[in-house]
Amino acid sequence: MRETSGTTEMTERVARLRRRSLETAPSLSMERAKLLTDFHSRLQESLSAPMRRALAFQYLMEHKAICILPGELIVGERGPAPKATYTYPEICCHTLEDLDILDARDTTAYTVSGRARRVHAEEVLPYWKGRTMRERIFREMIPEWKAAYKAGVFTEFMEQRSPGHTVLDDKIYHRGLKDFEGEILTHLESLDELQDRDPEARVKKEHLKAMAVCARSLIHFAGRYAEAARALAATEVDADRRAELDRITEVCTRVPALPPRDFHEALQYYWFVHLGVIIELNTWDAFNPGRLDRHLLPFYEKGIRKGTLTREEAKELLQCFWVKFNNQPAPPKVGVTAQESSTYTDFSLINTGGLKADGSDAVNEVTFLILDVIESMRLVQPSSCVQVSRKNPDRFLKRAARILRTGYGQPSLFNTDVIVQELERQGKSLTDARNGGASGCVEAGAFGKENYNLTGYLNLPKILEITLHRGVDASTERTIGIDSGDPSAFETFGDLYLAFEKQLEYFVDIKIRGNDVIERLYARHMPAPFLSLMIDDCLITGRDYHDGGARYNTSYIQGVGLGSLTDILTAIRHHVYEARTLPLGKLLSALGENFEGRERLRQVLLNRTPRFGNDDDEADDMMLRIFESFFRTVDGRPNTRGGTYHINLLPTTVHVYFGSLIGATADGRRAGEPISEGVSPVQGADQRGPTAVFKSVAKMDHVRTGGTLLNLKLTPQCLEGEVGLTKFVQLVRSYFRLGGHHVQFNVVDAATLRDAKANPEKHRNLIVRVAGYSDYFCDLTGTLQDEIITRTEHTP
Amino acid sequence: MGLIFDIKKFALHDGAGIRTTVFLKGCPLRCRWCHNPEGLVPKPEITFRERRCIGCGACVDACEHEALSIPDGAPVTDEDHCVRCGTCTEACATLAREVVGREMTVDAVMEEILKDVVFYTESDGGATFSGGEPLMQPDFLDALLVACRAEGIHTAVDTSGFAPMEILRGMAALADLILYDLKLMDEERHRDHTGGTNAGILENLGALSRDARNVVVRVPVIPGINDDAENLDDLGAFVASLPTPFPLDLLPYQHMGMDKYVRFGLCYTLSGVKPPSEEAMADVVRRLERFKLRITVHGEGPQ
Repeated sequence: MRETSGTTEMTERVARLRRRSLETAPSLSMERAKLLTDFHSRLQESLSAPMRRALAFQYLMEHKAICILPGELIVGERGPAPKATYTYPEICCHTLEDLDILDARDTTAYTVSGRARRVHAEEVLPYWKGRTMRERIFREMIPEWKAAYKAGVFTEFMEQRSPGHTVLDDKIYHRGLKDFEGEILTHLESLDELQDRDPEARVKKEHLKAMAVCARSLIHFAGRYAEAARALAATEVDADRRAELDRITEVCTRVPALPPRDFHEALQYYWFVHLGVIIELNTWDAFNPGRLDRHLLPFYEKGIRKGTLTREEAKELLQCFWVKFNNQPAPPKVGVTAQESSTYTDFSLINTGGLKADGSDAVNEVTFLILDVIESMRLVQPSSCVQVSRKNPDRFLKRAARILRTGYGQPSLFNTDVIVQELERQGKSLTDARNGGASGCVEAGAFGKENYNLTGYLNLPKILEITLHRGVDASTERTIGIDSGDPSAFETFGDLYLAFEKQLEYFVDIKIRGNDVIERLYARHMPAPFLSLMIDDCLITGRDYHDGGARYNTSYIQGVGLGSLTDILTAIRHHVYEARTLPLGKLLSALGENFEGRERLRQVLLNRTPRFGNDDDEADDMMLRIFESFFRTVDGRPNTRGGTYHINLLPTTVHVYFGSLIGATADGRRAGEPISEGVSPVQGADQRGPTAVFKSVAKMDHVRTGGTLLNLKLTPQCLEGEVGLTKFVQLVRSYFRLGGHHVQFNVVDAATLRDAKANPEKHRNLIVRVAGYSDYFCDLTGTLQDEIITRTEHTP
Repeated sequence: MGLIFDIKKFALHDGAGIRTTVFLKGCPLRCRWCHNPEGLVPKPEITFRERRCIGCGACVDACEHEALSIPDGAPVTDEDHCVRCGTCTEACATLAREVVGREMTVDAVMEEILKDVVFYTESDGGATFSGGEPLMQPDFLDALLVACRAEGIHTAVDTSGFAPMEILRGMAALADLILYDLKLMDEERHRDHTGGTNAGILENLGALSRDARNVVVRVPVIPGINDDAENLDDLGAFVASLPTPFPLDLLPYQHMGMDKYVRFGLCYTLSGVKPPSEEAMADVVRRLERFKLRITVHGEGPQ
């Protein structure tokens, strides 16, 4: 694998800031928790929910620590220092045991200082106990939901983090927050409950007032940075640095209050907004500037034209901006997941390329500048992707491939033309669709205008396991599903499939009923006035982001294990119902015994069954059948925010957790092993090369999803030379021509990975794509490492 | 019907673009460096991959000729009793025993080729027929070429040129591209290392050149076997003297096929040979460039 070329392509300043970011250990900061606790425990007057949240935000922005590091050009940290991560006790409050686990665990640890632990124990915990959203959710939750959740039929995104999966559009580059505030005041004046006969006018006013408070709070926060920079400048002996600090003072005085005038101000404005969003709530997740190359182009061109900006200066500013993302590890989870969750990343996925609003090619000079930055920085955060439309030039995709070839799992590749169709099918306007893109792992969204919540992962193979046991969870022997009939009495495969569909419908119903409870709790108790300011049309409608204020309000259920379930059902149909060489009872007992002493049967199931991912219609038709059932069960159902449900097929790392809860399966998988991820075939089942995988996966109608995730590992040889690069571009173009939504490549060989597992200290810089994101390979758990090694290698 | 031992998708080194390579079984030569030993014998063979075997004994039970036994752990074949019926491979759950070489119809092969049309379209790729020596099954090969032409699929044939001239010419009229192997110019050395004469190979290439066909001459570069100055000079001079001096594509030797030899119970006699270094390849290129030929390495031009 080629060594990083990064360090030679950055200034000494950037190298220093980057190194500091990489070398600083993530820690927990109790700053926010303490300030919030102080604010709430002193609160005397009775406030509306939005005003209470707005004033808490204001309190945080007035009191949190300011941090300007030596050499920084873009300023502002979430916590008091880089990598110091906040907790959000109003959403969920860590136990002391959680803190111990976070501090001690082998991978993705967060240092918890003695002082932080004491503040948490003495001030934060006592106040928030019984008051957190998590406790409210579990108090009000229906029992069927709790049983299914505990069994691992689905996960729940909002029990630990607030909804907020959204991405920003271009609105901040034309208007300052003072303009937003002015608009709010106009709306407030026009709102009159008597004249308009608007019974909600009073409530709307509270929301609008709260948004105005938040706008002023962020301006105030930036002002504190201006002051701090001014103070530093006063004592700075180095003239160059003094000039930089003067410039920072100027920038922070200008933005976010007023519209940005140049490249530097545009980036700093965005960064303040980013901090506002991630300090207000621990939003799930992915907040980022979106189509950054498009947003920055006018500032870049203006600077170059006027001679006030060089390409090198723009690149350095972007690199400083990149470091800022890497300084913000994801807020750690609580409970069991603190031990299991294995990532620092927070899924900010910066988009380049794609289309302009008028449908023309959006690739520009800044696109290539950003790709240079991605290649030189080689950071886990922010994630990056290229949106590839058939209108984009090949040299753009080739440039991205050159980065992939170096073994860095980024950027991931998205099909703009399909994303636009997906968004249009969901009812977005053509313009909003073209201004959108991919976010988080792979989720399509209308940037700046949509609240799209990923509500939880659905464990598809587990639902089949429950079906085979008539509604009983085999691992706990508790009844959690419905009695869908005795499988041994089924005469045809169709009977079994019908029973599976009934269970699927049952669990999706429960999931949605649970989501209804959670959505209403957030709307009532946890408004997000700052985020509402940023997402159209909350400000116009006077409705909160969590209560249907966004222009589009989508809920997703993410199916996991499509490849596994396909192979399992194909095996059952093939051996039990068609060849009739394997009675169902015999299969079930072998599964119950985890193939103990039945290795031959396991091998038959593994090797003598058509499997998904080989462009074999017998297996792929089963995948289509499951896809259609899942789609039919979920798509178009209403949520409580005036929007609808759609499906996604992506796993993050949950396929490992889900697999740990499923016994042995009829595809030859042993109990507890991971299930397949995204729309990828079962690990190792695809044996006919990448074109066959693409063909199989493209048989589903990606346009009817809000995102699918496909992982492919290529050895570096596939990308060797100019010819290799060209063929790689053609391979990706072909998949997109077939209608694929997304593909990401791990360009490493298995030997490197095995060596990295054995000798982590030698490979600390090895980044691999895990699912919808990249992570340090050595930070992953052993199981996940093994799984990535097993993913089929495609050598030409 | 023809005998096929593999159909490989996403082939990147057998012609332009993304291709599907169809491997026809059977070859008249025995090149010592051959990385497809499974393509040599023109009939189905049974292979055994010991690492996959779980010693379940299903193959022993399935054999009707009492040719298999498991003395300790792994099955052993009694070659005198084995009639290569393949029954044991059908019983094998782990695919440790497999039949290599399948009789396939033109339609069946075309079905596989057609699966990847979208990739050929995007990359100006197509189908490549390789081996073994595809010209050992001339009627089958010609039928495949005709079928591809009807579907608008670009075709390439990878041949040693070791075939009667009329067969080669028949194929050449139907194929879009010919990848023509040239290994050793000296007759005696050629016989030593490939088991066959090169007289016909050189004569055929001359004949092709008179028709000015779309041909690329492929030269495997094997250290110590054919990378000496004498062979390279003779080779360069010969190609340069043709009525159409075809371009050369050099293929640095790789020991990719070694573990396959074990699987087929064959002996690999080149195990001491290492792939040529980049410098050594550069020397070879320089030497051949003196003949004013267009030269690529693995399809890649000078950087």
